[in-house]
Amino acid sequence: MDKSINPGHSHRSSHVLEHTLHGISETLERALFAEEISAKPGLFQSLDARVKILTVLAFLLAVSFSKNLEIIAAIYLLALALALASSIPAGFFVKRVWLALPFFTGLIILPALFVTPGPVLLQVLPGLAITRTGAISSLFLLLRVSTSISLSLLLILTTPWNTVLSGLTVLRVPDVFILILGMTYRYIYLLLHTANDMFLSRKSRVVGWLDAGEDRRMLAAISGTLLAKSINMSSEVYLSMQSRGFRGSVVTLKPFKMQPRDWAWLAVFIGLAILAVVLGR
Amino acid sequence: MEHIIHNETNNKAAPNRVPSPPVIQPVFEVKQVSFAYDGKQLALENIDMVVQAGECLAILGANGCGKSTLLKLLDGLYFPISGSVTAFGQPLTEAALRNDEANFAFRRRVGLVFQDTDVQLFSPSVLDEVAFAPLQLGIPREEVTRRVESALEMLRIEKLRDRAPHRLSGGEKRRVALASVLTLNPDVWLLDEPTTGLDPRSQSWLVEFILQQRQVGKTVITATHDLVIAEQVATKIVVFNEDHRIEAAGQPQEILKNHDLLHRCNLSHYHNEVNAVHVDPVLAK
Repeated sequence: MDKSINPGHSHRSSHVLEHTLHGISETLERALFAEEISAKPGLFQSLDARVKILTVLAFLLAVSFSKNLEIIAAIYLLALALALASSIPAGFFVKRVWLALPFFTGLIILPALFVTPGPVLLQVLPGLAITRTGAISSLFLLLRVSTSISLSLLLILTTPWNTVLSGLTVLRVPDVFILILGMTYRYIYLLLHTANDMFLSRKSRVVGWLDAGEDRRMLAAISGTLLAKSINMSSEVYLSMQSRGFRGSVVTLKPFKMQPRDWAWLAVFIGLAILAVVLGR
Repeated sequence: MEHIIHNETNNKAAPNRVPSPPVIQPVFEVKQVSFAYDGKQLALENIDMVVQAGECLAILGANGCGKSTLLKLLDGLYFPISGSVTAFGQPLTEAALRNDEANFAFRRRVGLVFQDTDVQLFSPSVLDEVAFAPLQLGIPREEVTRRVESALEMLRIEKLRDRAPHRLSGGEKRRVALASVLTLNPDVWLLDEPTTGLDPRSQSWLVEFILQQRQVGKTVITATHDLVIAEQVATKIVVFNEDHRIEAAGQPQEILKNHDLLHRCNLSHYHNEVNAVHVDPVLAK
C-alpha cells in the first residue's frame, strides 16, 4: 500500500486520479458517440466524404465573407436542419456548440461590447455602456463562431474519422500526411486506453486521498512510462510498416466513387454557399 | 537479391549422364548469427539453422529468449552483428535491401505477423490496413482490390472493412493482422506468438489457418511458447534456451516428449515447483 496515503486529508486536496480518469472516459465516450451517429442512416451519412468536406468548406468561407447577420443565421439554421436530417439529436447539437462558446469567444466579446466606439445601446454603470456597434460586432463574432463550429461538428459527427482523412485527398493533401494524421488518431486512442488502465491500476491500490506532492510524483511516473511505451511502440510500428513494403512514400487505395446523387447534392450545397456570399455582401 | 523470385538453378546436365535431382534451395540459412540490441543487450548468440521450403517450423522458447528478434532478422528488419542470414539463396543484408526492386521482391515473398496486433494495425481502417502491403509493393490497384476482397472473405471479416482497428476485439484484430499479410500471398509466413490473447475458439481457428497454409505448400515459421500449438502445426521444432542459444532441434514427437529439455528451457514446470513458491507469512495473513 502507498505510504503517502492520507485518509484524514480534506477533499480540498487534488483528486488527480478521479479527474484524469473522468477526462479519459469522457473523451472515449465522446468518440464512441460520434462513431455511433456516423453509423446511423441519414442525409449527410449517405454522401461521399469529399462532398461533405467541400460543402463544409464552402459554407465556412461563406460565413467568413458574409457581412449580413441574417445570412449567417440562415447558414446556422441550415446546419441545424442538416443535423436533424442526419439523425443528430438537436438538443445535443445545439448544446455542444453553445455551452462551449462562451469559453472561446467570451474573452473577446466582453471587452468589445464596451470599448467599441459608437452610439450607446445600454448604460450599465455610470461611465460603462454597451455600444450599438460593439453589440453588432459581438453578435457577428458569436454567430460566425457558432455556425463554423456547427458545420465542423456536422462533418465530424456524420463521418468516421478515417473517412474524413481519406476525403482530404480532394484538397490535395499529400497521402503521407493523411497517413500520419490517421496513425496519430489511431495511437492516441491506444495511449488513452493504456493511460486509463494505468490510472485505474493505481486507483485500485490507493485508499483515501494522496497529497499534492505524491499526486505530482504519480503523474510524472505515469507520463514517463507512457512516453517510454510510445517511443517503443513507434519504432515497432515503423518496423511493421517496413515489413510490408513502406519505403517513405505511401500509395493508397482511394476507394471513393462519386455517385450522381453526390454530384447533385454537391451542386446544391455549393450553389447555396455562393448565393450566401452574393446576398451577404 | 534481384533474383529472389526467379531463382533458377543453372543445372545443365552433361549428355549421357543421369540428370541429378534438382537442388532444393533452402528458404533461410542462418549461420553463426549473433544479435545484440544497442550493441550491448544480447538477444541471440551463435544461431545456426536451415529452413526448407514447405516446412512448418516452430521456434519454442521462454519469454525474452530471442524468438521475436530472430523473426525480425529473417524478415530483414534487423541485421546480425556477426554471422550471416541467407534468404532464397541470396545474402539478406542491409545493403541488398536498400535496392527498391530487391526489397520489394523479398517483401512479396516473406510476411511477418507481429505479436502485438496494435503494432501491426496502424492504418485508420481495416480496408486500408489490408490493402497497405500490396499497394506499397507496386501491385496494380485492380489486383489489390481483388486480393483485399478475397482476404476479407477468406478470414470472414468482410463486415469489419470500414471499422477502425482500435474498435476491434482481440480475435478480430488477429484476423485483420493475418489478412494484412495474406494479401501479399507470401511464400513464407513468420508468425510471432500468434495465439497471444486469443480465446480458445480463435486459437483453434488460427491452427486451422496455419494448417491450411501448410497444405498449400507455404513455409510457416511460428515463434511461440505454446507447446499445444507447436504440437498441432509443426513439422520441425527448434528450442531456444534462456541464454539466447539453440538448445535443441528435431521432430515434434521427439522434442515435446523430452520433459527435461522443456523444463531446462523454462517451457514446462513440475507441479511441486509451484507448491514450493515461498509465501511471505505477512502476505499470507
